[in-house]
Amino acid sequence: MDHRAAADYKEGKQNDMRQKHFHRLLLSAGFLSLALLAAGCKHNVSVVHPVLPPQAAPKPEVTLNADKTDLQRGQSATLTWTSKNAIRVELNGTPVNLNGSQQVTPTTSTDYQVVAHGPDGQTSSAGVRITVTEPVVNQPVQSATTQETLSDLFSQNVKDVFFDYDKSNIRNDGQQALTQDADFLKQHPEVKVVIEGHCDDRGSAEYNMALGDRRANAAKDFLEQLGVSADRMRTISYGKEKPFCTDETEECWQQNRRAHIVMAQQQ
Amino acid sequence: MNIMKMTRLSPRLQFLLIACALTAPLAFAQVSSTNIPTPNGTAQAQGQVNITITGNKKLSLAQPDFHMVGSGGQLAALQQTFDGVLWNDLDQSGLVLMVSKSNYPLEQPGSPADLNQANVASWANDPANAQRLVFGNLRQSGNLLVLEGYLYDVTQPASPFMLGKRYTGPATDEEARTMAHMLADAIVEKLGGGPGIFATRIAYISNLSGHDEVWMMDYDGANKTQITHLNSIAYSPRISPGGTKLAFMSYASGTPQIRVYDLITHHYIPFPHFGGTNATPAWSPDGTKLAFASSKTGHMQIYVERVGSMGPPQQLTYSLSENIAPVWNPKTGAQIAFESDRTGLPQIYIMDSDGSNQTRLTDGGYAVSPSWSPNGLSLAFSWRRTGGGENSGSYDVYIMELGSHQYVQLTHNGQRNDFPSWAPDGRHLVLSSGNGNRWQLFTILADGTNPTQITTRGDNQMPNWQPVATQQ
Repeated sequence: MDHRAAADYKEGKQNDMRQKHFHRLLLSAGFLSLALLAAGCKHNVSVVHPVLPPQAAPKPEVTLNADKTDLQRGQSATLTWTSKNAIRVELNGTPVNLNGSQQVTPTTSTDYQVVAHGPDGQTSSAGVRITVTEPVVNQPVQSATTQETLSDLFSQNVKDVFFDYDKSNIRNDGQQALTQDADFLKQHPEVKVVIEGHCDDRGSAEYNMALGDRRANAAKDFLEQLGVSADRMRTISYGKEKPFCTDETEECWQQNRRAHIVMAQQQ
Repeated sequence: MNIMKMTRLSPRLQFLLIACALTAPLAFAQVSSTNIPTPNGTAQAQGQVNITITGNKKLSLAQPDFHMVGSGGQLAALQQTFDGVLWNDLDQSGLVLMVSKSNYPLEQPGSPADLNQANVASWANDPANAQRLVFGNLRQSGNLLVLEGYLYDVTQPASPFMLGKRYTGPATDEEARTMAHMLADAIVEKLGGGPGIFATRIAYISNLSGHDEVWMMDYDGANKTQITHLNSIAYSPRISPGGTKLAFMSYASGTPQIRVYDLITHHYIPFPHFGGTNATPAWSPDGTKLAFASSKTGHMQIYVERVGSMGPPQQLTYSLSENIAPVWNPKTGAQIAFESDRTGLPQIYIMDSDGSNQTRLTDGGYAVSPSWSPNGLSLAFSWRRTGGGENSGSYDVYIMELGSHQYVQLTHNGQRNDFPSWAPDGRHLVLSSGNGNRWQLFTILADGTNPTQITTRGDNQMPNWQPVATQQ
């Protein structure tokens, strides 16, 4: 703060010294665009072509193949085509090489057609149909469903513990809740928990840090006695800082006097 | 040169301000310094008492407008700032009663040359009836503001001179404010009011930015400045003696930990993190150690750690309960007060600084947030005298004299009053007052008079008044 103010003061002094900036103007030279005129040499040459009798051009030919014709959505196939006697080839209306291949990833079943154009306007074509089906439900999606279910199960089964004013002893209702919590945690040994200690806003904020700490530890100790390993549980006190509701009523205060048990983030 | 004055200035002011005592013709003449009341609180025998912080009665003091010599760009605005801040400081000092300007004599001095014996006496007579007179002048010289201020004892018209000061600094509103604080400090010291507090700062927690961050401000609420930007929850800021460091609790790392911030370099100083909740740091009077509370081994216990050490802290309490909010005896460093719920609701305890001789101080109710007076003789704390249970009523700030256990109630507003913190002069405290989640900060005299609100925006709590450096 003081240093900043001192710096401001120095800047102020510098501002008093006006600096003039002189800009030297450069004479701009016009750039002439020189048009270079190419003098073309004209060759007047007479060439006599022999007149040939009309002759039928060979009919163009074309083939089209796909390496796969049944795809699940998201998969790709390679189209390969060859032509003979053609001067121009189109794949579904788009000019392509006379012979070539192209990878396609259709999102729905699609007809592909190549058309070969001969020099005298004759055409021939070839086609292939690629059918696209919906992917079958696979493993990763099933695993996500399982995860969601575990989270759902946790919130359905693991209950918070509520406390009396300025107290951290586990009441009867809290003992029932923690017994149910312990059952769930023993059935799901992969689950780790964070136990948050909370207080209503009536006590002193600093002392509530200690009270929240003791409430979280009281819930942790109870779960440990019921057989939940201590290394699966971590505690943190939030004192009065993260209330569940903010009304000044006993109903709301009761909501805020709790040990809130949440699933720990999987590492 | 007044060297002692310089030692308390910020580095900026040490650069830019020159404070010197004027060698007035009467400086070595007989100067009356009698009838200066002592500032120490006195308590009478038995039960709840009234603390009288100024001995008998306050001196009446007149402060006519400081004269402007010549005219500069902003001189009128600077004079207005200076006069207002000086008046407010003296009014807040708790030592004097400001005489209303409507009762002043018509001829108002700007320098000693304006006064003869008759003029001086006119201030002591009806209708002013002043005992002390503060006057002076300001002039602007280029970018500099030059201020002269005087304190006269107008009850001694033959030798009224008590104090003369000249300050020179940049002609800015901020410097005019600083000069007023410095002159007010000098006047208060001359009147026997101990170290002046008008240049000290108060640290506190505010949610004005959207997060609970540490802020600091002048004692009168001016110059509010956000110190931390951790976007988390901060609690319990404590300024080190001398004002160079700040310790506080923060959730910024995910768990509540003690942090130490250097207010000069603006860097964090390493302090070890522990498991559990770590809260309520407290500086030892020599500024080398922090006492704090930690639940790293289960219950919250009081520990002491040397700042700069990353080794294990010394454990002072071992109760099967929570111990939190330590505060050192600032006079001796030999004792620590703290709160503990070992008997149920939290009570105030005192122990030796090695953890021995733990003694309960309060006799019941709900007692938290101790702050030790600078002279070491009293504790201020927040107390709900009757019960706990479902009693959700107000709690108030009390001061208890440690020798007699007699106490005085400072607040009576039916609100929750918490986190008292003594000013270095031992005459003022700052505290949080609120209802539900709404909190604002007030300064108050140690006799409970003159509560003054110094914050209005956001929620503001856990104030800590910068302690002065102690020589040990």
